[in-house]
Amino acid sequence: MTMNANWRTFTLLALLGMHLILFFPGFFAPYDFAQQHRDFPFARPTRIHFVDATGKLHLRPFVHPLVPSDEASDSYAEDLRQTCSLRLFVSGAPYQVLGLWTMKLHLVGVDPPAQLFLFGTDSFGRDELSRMLYGGRISLIAGMLAAVAALGVGTLLGLLSGFYGGGLDAGVMRVAELFLALPWLYLLFAVRAILPLNIKTTDAFLLLVAVVGLVGWARPARLVRGIVLSAKEKNFVLAAKAMGATDTHLLRRHILPETYGVLLTTAALLVPQFILAEVTLSFLGLGVGEPIPSWGNLLAELQQYSVLTSYWWMYLPAVALVLLFLLYHSASSALQQKTTEVRT
Amino acid sequence: MIYLAAHKLVARVGLYLVVALTFLMQTINAAPQEYATMAGEAGDASGNLIVALRSEPKTLNPVLSVDATSREVIGAMQADLIHINRETQRTEPALAKSWTVSPDGKTYVLQLRHGLKFSDGAPFTADDVVFSFELYLDEKLHSPQRDLLVIDDKPITVKKLGAYSVEFDLPKPYGPGERLFDGLAILPKHLLEKSYREGKFPQAWGTAAQANELAGLGPFVLKSYEPGQQMVLQRNANYWKKDSHGNSLPYLSQLVFVFVPNEDAQVIKFQAGETHVIERLNADNFSLLLRNAKAKGECLRDLGPGLEIQFLVFNQNTLDPRKSPDLVEKQAWFRDLKFRQAVSLAMDRKGMARLVYAGRATPIWGNVSPGNKLWLITRLPHPERSIEEARKLLQSAGYSWDGSGNLLDPRKKPITFTIIVSSSNTQRAKLAALAQDDLRQLGMNVQVVPTEFRALVDRLLNTKDYEAVLMNLVNGDADPTPEMNLWLSSGETHLWDLGEAKPATPWEAELDRLMEAQMTTSDFAARKHLYDRVQEIVAQNLPFIFLISPNILVGAQSSVGNFRPGILEPYALWNAEQFFLRRSGAGECP
Repeated sequence: MTMNANWRTFTLLALLGMHLILFFPGFFAPYDFAQQHRDFPFARPTRIHFVDATGKLHLRPFVHPLVPSDEASDSYAEDLRQTCSLRLFVSGAPYQVLGLWTMKLHLVGVDPPAQLFLFGTDSFGRDELSRMLYGGRISLIAGMLAAVAALGVGTLLGLLSGFYGGGLDAGVMRVAELFLALPWLYLLFAVRAILPLNIKTTDAFLLLVAVVGLVGWARPARLVRGIVLSAKEKNFVLAAKAMGATDTHLLRRHILPETYGVLLTTAALLVPQFILAEVTLSFLGLGVGEPIPSWGNLLAELQQYSVLTSYWWMYLPAVALVLLFLLYHSASSALQQKTTEVRT
Repeated sequence: MIYLAAHKLVARVGLYLVVALTFLMQTINAAPQEYATMAGEAGDASGNLIVALRSEPKTLNPVLSVDATSREVIGAMQADLIHINRETQRTEPALAKSWTVSPDGKTYVLQLRHGLKFSDGAPFTADDVVFSFELYLDEKLHSPQRDLLVIDDKPITVKKLGAYSVEFDLPKPYGPGERLFDGLAILPKHLLEKSYREGKFPQAWGTAAQANELAGLGPFVLKSYEPGQQMVLQRNANYWKKDSHGNSLPYLSQLVFVFVPNEDAQVIKFQAGETHVIERLNADNFSLLLRNAKAKGECLRDLGPGLEIQFLVFNQNTLDPRKSPDLVEKQAWFRDLKFRQAVSLAMDRKGMARLVYAGRATPIWGNVSPGNKLWLITRLPHPERSIEEARKLLQSAGYSWDGSGNLLDPRKKPITFTIIVSSSNTQRAKLAALAQDDLRQLGMNVQVVPTEFRALVDRLLNTKDYEAVLMNLVNGDADPTPEMNLWLSSGETHLWDLGEAKPATPWEAELDRLMEAQMTTSDFAARKHLYDRVQEIVAQNLPFIFLISPNILVGAQSSVGNFRPGILEPYALWNAEQFFLRRSGAGECP
């Protein structure tokens, strides 16, 4: 199936946009991910109004403050007497941008006393949207770092094994096959299980990335090796070799560039795959710990039957996950087309 | 077919023989059967009641059972001499129809009901009682009940006075009195004596036992057991209780336990009408069921706070500073009363009740749950949550804060510690997450580490390698005596500082004195006075940071008659002999 150029541009822009949002969650999230609104557990997504109780139309959208009801802890009424306007670019909870400087500016906020829970709240009354954005950053970065690790190791081993062949090639490829044959999920469990439970959140995160990435190097290594095998027989490579080019020069200038297209496409496939690995581990409680969110541990709340059947907004991280995967897969096919077009 | 028919014939001849023998024995045994009467709604006999259990019973032997599931199943098959009524929490005659206590409180004489028979038809006499206590007291059998029967390191002695009369001599007066006898099932000597004398008792009555090897005085007897599937009990035709109209109990013809390992699956089965009674519901599932309970004909009961308390405990054990230098350094905070008071003040107990238990829990500030109305001291102060007060307390104890709001101890070390919590309990993990956030507001950097339950217990009781634990305790009875092990400085579960050679603090010495005194005092008012003081001391010195007591939540299909759950275990099945299934289907919920 071919994509037209407009659709391809749209896909790439949408993917870029999603990354932008997930890399700067502090600005787009109305609240801090850990802030608990203890009076509002499992509040539905806040309704945004334009017409108030008296029938008057407001140009600026507004919300009514929520009043917890006495009967059940998860039911709320809107206080229709008060209207609280939504505002853009408000000052709110401080957050760090790229870990470098602190900001307080948020894209959207609401006048007190109302709260703005666009995607509802979880069992601690934490804003689900904010947690999804921050959680998305964790999952995405985990996926990307793991992909970089896997591609790095894979490319290096693939290049060497394809270029030099012989015993090295045979050795590397057998190990790669071994890794491909491993049931990776269980391997991850095993690796995670032998490590101490009581480790810092950042360490747990890096560990997760390292484990996921290092398990995934085999497939890219085989791909790269294949390309190298065909590339090193090409005339321009043979010519360069005949003129006395060193191995390093050949690899760097002539052979590695041949793999770029495939590497890019593979990256676009690996990132969602590794995000899924992170989600799976966190879903099973082996990822980053409370109160840091990730898409996996956000979805883990659905393991409880009562949550599963009662609060539909707890599924929203799954929707975001599907959207991101679709974009990545479209991007991957777009990249593949592009590389074929360039080649032909 | 012929084979089958012949088989039937043999069975029938056997039946005649049994009937004839029973008749013969009845005429010999002239004493009429002395029934107990149980008040309640009169029901229809017949019907199979299905209950889901979280795990399978490990044994059917009452002397050896330690887990709740085994006890629940055994409870339906066995009976005790004097029983604590789960509804009134008071004692009532069971196999003993009456009893007298000597003025010094050391001698109990129990009169047994005449003419009772085990489920296999053998008569019940004082010999069975003496034999059963011999089992419970045998050190080699390690019965968990033995602890209760040994007072001041001396076991109680049991003497047969006549065929229906038994004397119990206690080395010291025993505060809880006849509550002692609750839960001590009386076993058939004629079936178990042989295996006991041969030293094979630990193998007797395992789950592989055949139905005809077992007999009891409880309302039901074993019919069949399919591992992984279900255990079917059937009505004991010789049961000794009748309803107020003189009809024999139990009403049910079968009580079926199905094994459903996870609570959510139990809820789904209950919703589908596949089980009749559901116990130990968590608040979220209770709310979920409550939503369509009326339409579906389910009676859901919130019994209010039970005897369970959730609390945070800091490690104050004496440890080797060379082995765990970090922990020993941190213990300076944990041993500081003002630190513990500040932690307690910062806890948002109301928020915990609302967020973790959907409002179905009660905040606590002491060691007795509000469900224990008899023993609760009501004049205990309930300080409101206040971060400011907590900060002031910390400041007065020499703590300070750095520029980014982190709490520093008097030696300017940042306060950071981990709370371990059982990973299998969602509620407790949530409590820990709330506590973590509360303590963050004091500038404490707390990590929550979910740990597998057995590993947690191992750290708590054996390796003592932990900083703080969020855990629970459930009392089997309202009486304080089973808590001896917790409060005595030498107690095996003196959790915050195990194995003290002598009381580490003056208040722990006073706790020792008070607990010993209450156990050997028989006057309730005097005991209550002593135990009130225990509660005061505990609340003042906070060896535990008490948090919350969850409500007992149970449910039954409305077709189940006489469903009257109580807050003592077993919550729902304590009166299973009175349960019946309405022919008309759904009934009114009380």
